[in-house]
Amino acid sequence: MPLLFIFFMVLSFGIFALRKSFRYTYTLFILIASIALTSISSLFPQVLTPSHPHFLTFSAPDSLSIFFILIINFTALTAFLFAGGYLKAYFDKQTSLRWSVHLWAYIWLYFSMILVVILRDGFAFLVVWELMAVSSFLLVIFEADDRKVLKTGINYLIQMHLGLLFLLVAFLIAGEATGQTGFDGLKSYFGSHSNILVFSLFFVGFGIKAGFIPLHTWLPEAHPAAPSPVSGLMSGVMIKMGIYGILRVLFSIQSDLFVIGLIILGFSLFSGIMGVMMAIVQHDLKRLLAYHSIENIGIIGIGIGLGVLGMATGNNTLTLLGFSGGLLHVLNHSLFKSLLFFNAGSVYQATHTRNIDQLGGLAKKMPYTAAFFLIGSLAICGLPPFNGFISEFLIYLGLFKSFPESSLYFSILLLISLIGLTLIGGLAIFCFTKAFGIVFLGQARSNRVDEAHEVSNGMLVPSILASAAIMAIGLGSAWFVKPVMKITSELSGAALPEVFTGDLLRTLSRISLAGGVFIGLVVIIAVWRNYHLKKRIVTTGPTWGCGYTGGDEKQQYTATSWADNFSALANPILGTKKNTVHIGENVLFPGKRTFATHPRDLFKSKLIEKPIDAMLSVFKKIAFMQTGQIRHYILYAFLFMLLILVLTIFKIL
Amino acid sequence: MAGIPLILLAAVFFPGIIIRTKSIVSGRKGPGILQPMLDIRVLFGKGSVYSTTTGWVFKLAPVIGLATMLSALTVVPFANMPALIPFQADFVFFSYMLALGKFFMIIGALDTGSSFEGMGANREALYSMLVEPAFLILLGTFAMLTGYTSFSDMFMAFHVSGNPIITVFGLIGFYLLVQIAMIENSRMPIDDPKTHLELTMVHEVMILDYSGFDKALVHITTAIKFAVYGSLICSSLVPAEWHPGFQILLFFSVQVAFAVIVGIGESFRARNKMQKNAQFILTLTAVAMLAFLVVLIVTNKLII
Repeated sequence: MPLLFIFFMVLSFGIFALRKSFRYTYTLFILIASIALTSISSLFPQVLTPSHPHFLTFSAPDSLSIFFILIINFTALTAFLFAGGYLKAYFDKQTSLRWSVHLWAYIWLYFSMILVVILRDGFAFLVVWELMAVSSFLLVIFEADDRKVLKTGINYLIQMHLGLLFLLVAFLIAGEATGQTGFDGLKSYFGSHSNILVFSLFFVGFGIKAGFIPLHTWLPEAHPAAPSPVSGLMSGVMIKMGIYGILRVLFSIQSDLFVIGLIILGFSLFSGIMGVMMAIVQHDLKRLLAYHSIENIGIIGIGIGLGVLGMATGNNTLTLLGFSGGLLHVLNHSLFKSLLFFNAGSVYQATHTRNIDQLGGLAKKMPYTAAFFLIGSLAICGLPPFNGFISEFLIYLGLFKSFPESSLYFSILLLISLIGLTLIGGLAIFCFTKAFGIVFLGQARSNRVDEAHEVSNGMLVPSILASAAIMAIGLGSAWFVKPVMKITSELSGAALPEVFTGDLLRTLSRISLAGGVFIGLVVIIAVWRNYHLKKRIVTTGPTWGCGYTGGDEKQQYTATSWADNFSALANPILGTKKNTVHIGENVLFPGKRTFATHPRDLFKSKLIEKPIDAMLSVFKKIAFMQTGQIRHYILYAFLFMLLILVLTIFKIL
Repeated sequence: MAGIPLILLAAVFFPGIIIRTKSIVSGRKGPGILQPMLDIRVLFGKGSVYSTTTGWVFKLAPVIGLATMLSALTVVPFANMPALIPFQADFVFFSYMLALGKFFMIIGALDTGSSFEGMGANREALYSMLVEPAFLILLGTFAMLTGYTSFSDMFMAFHVSGNPIITVFGLIGFYLLVQIAMIENSRMPIDDPKTHLELTMVHEVMILDYSGFDKALVHITTAIKFAVYGSLICSSLVPAEWHPGFQILLFFSVQVAFAVIVGIGESFRARNKMQKNAQFILTLTAVAMLAFLVVLIVTNKLII
């Protein structure tokens, strides 16, 4: 199996040799072959025993790796199928080389992600981790003619390397002490050393990839800049590699579990709430989705954090439900987020704008896209009977079941998590009623919508696949939760009593039943409605205008006005800027005025831009030394040597 | 199980009792108790007018609204009889099911492209988002107190009398449930159903464009929603093991009392200033935390 995988990796270089029009099909062929290979060998490990054990001997896919491999496979496939339709518009615009590089980077992003979850050796891991960063960088800068895209891409690359640095240091510290650099050596390291420092290094390193606030600043820039299939893949799967890393490290932790749980829970609650709050005030559809990725990473983290706290306090129920909720949400998020990004991409392709305020009324022109976006929206809000509900439900259940037997402080901790989780849910609904309602409903807000039409059938196929998976998990949750539960118990060492599983599966099947009842009721009422209206007179007319008949699309709610009452509450935290000149009291004939809001990322401006500005101003002051005259530089060297001499004489150095 | 027909029956009279109370208090002759249901019958008899701006979302919204309400009913218990489909943490399902209905009503209103309806939808979205924590914290405290996580088991194990501190908790719970029901139904302190100005409406303006069959569905949903909250209030007040006949009597008494409270409240109270609403709703979360504190004391976690 490893040999075959390496063979596919080598084959991928053939992309550069082929004719431009064949390259996509060729890449698709390699992708499908690798997906088939990895899926089969991870689902049926006994069928394909490794015939060449000396290849990749440091790889030992366990259930966690297999779980992530399957997630990667599904979304990589749907995203690439979507790319087939989406990239057609760029076929003539992009040069032959760029076309190959994009496809090649895509397949290598896939390879590197698979390797990331398989490899355990520290240095091998870091190499493929780096490969993942570089290939995704190449994907992001597909439209590099736009300077902004290139700048975003470079910003992304730099931040990824910052993360790499943290990981490298963490691996080295652990490796130095135990002589074994890699995930397998961590257990013995944590057994004999302080856990918090190295864990924090890992958390920062992986957290940059995952997008925990305040490590997230690359994320809302890179996702909108990348082509939509790539955004879907990056947001759906690639940022989860950070979660994978955190989990991998977590299950080696030996002590200080409580503090570590608190760290994770705190960052996650903060990321979840801030992520969705910042999403609400965005006008850019893809940036909005990007901020939602941060929110969902927050939800995943809440699950994981609660799981760790459960481990720390010996609360078996919370451990199992927290981790399973988090893990299942990894899968769920990869499905609905990629679905949302695909359809946002379709909207972009049809209207050439991502600005929500210029859209509207698309549900009539693109009914299928609208329906799929709606399914994604409902799922991401965690509403039943869709998949997001199941994972959030598991976390809720863990919380509620832990309330009775926990101590005072722990109860308060649970209460805070509960408030955070419900707030995130409510805010998500606020955000997605806006995203769906303003983009797809009402009247068109600009002429960009006029030319829009439904995307080709080929581009709908990935959405169908993702929606089917969403519905399957939402309605048949027991089949999906059971294996996830098993993985959780295997890794965390929490016992999985029969009674517990039985109870849980019964609960889940009841949820499926209630979801089925709901769908049945919808069908019954809808049929009743149709039957009823057939016998009545149905006419059409204008929308009720309160007696005013001159209403037009300009008077509709926009993304900005939708967020207005919320940002009135949240502006102290969000700091959205409004630029407008108010009409003075004595102005009789007010002239033309403009109004603009600029959502800001407070963390970016305070934590990144401000220190950089300060640093640059220091550098500017030092710049007087750079005279360009060689004798000055010789003088510097001389002074430096003198300094060393003096320091040595006084025995300071 | 037996709760569903009882709740549906209570829903038939609920809006009528509110209207009747209001008419008596204001000294009007007023319509009969069944008038809202007769109105619904009239609506069923009529055809529909659809705005040319609207599409399938607008038509789907009331259908989903009613379906979510009815499926939420499946987890609501009555007295010592468990719900139709009880499961652990079913109140999360209940709450999220109602949120699903609301999601659709909101996007249904946005589908009309009207500035008024957008405004109402926007306000409703904000308020329902803010009220969510209060409800789940309250249920969390119930779970902490009783050790169970489903509506059916919790109410079975919960006794409001006996321990005076639990009675305090019961009162806070009662207050919260009434207020949450008012917000969820867009009634008085948050929203005034009587108002005639679109600019000051919340829920009413969202459903302005519905007519005929669809509007009837919206009204039915509202009536059931009231009765469901009435049923929850009843379950939290009346111990489950009392005699079934007595239970049914108390159930209807609580429903009537709840409707009368709504009616009297709306007769004497003015609607909040729109900007104050968010603050008002967040206060409920604070009150819910108070309930949490009380339960911490009851369960001896917090010793004073």
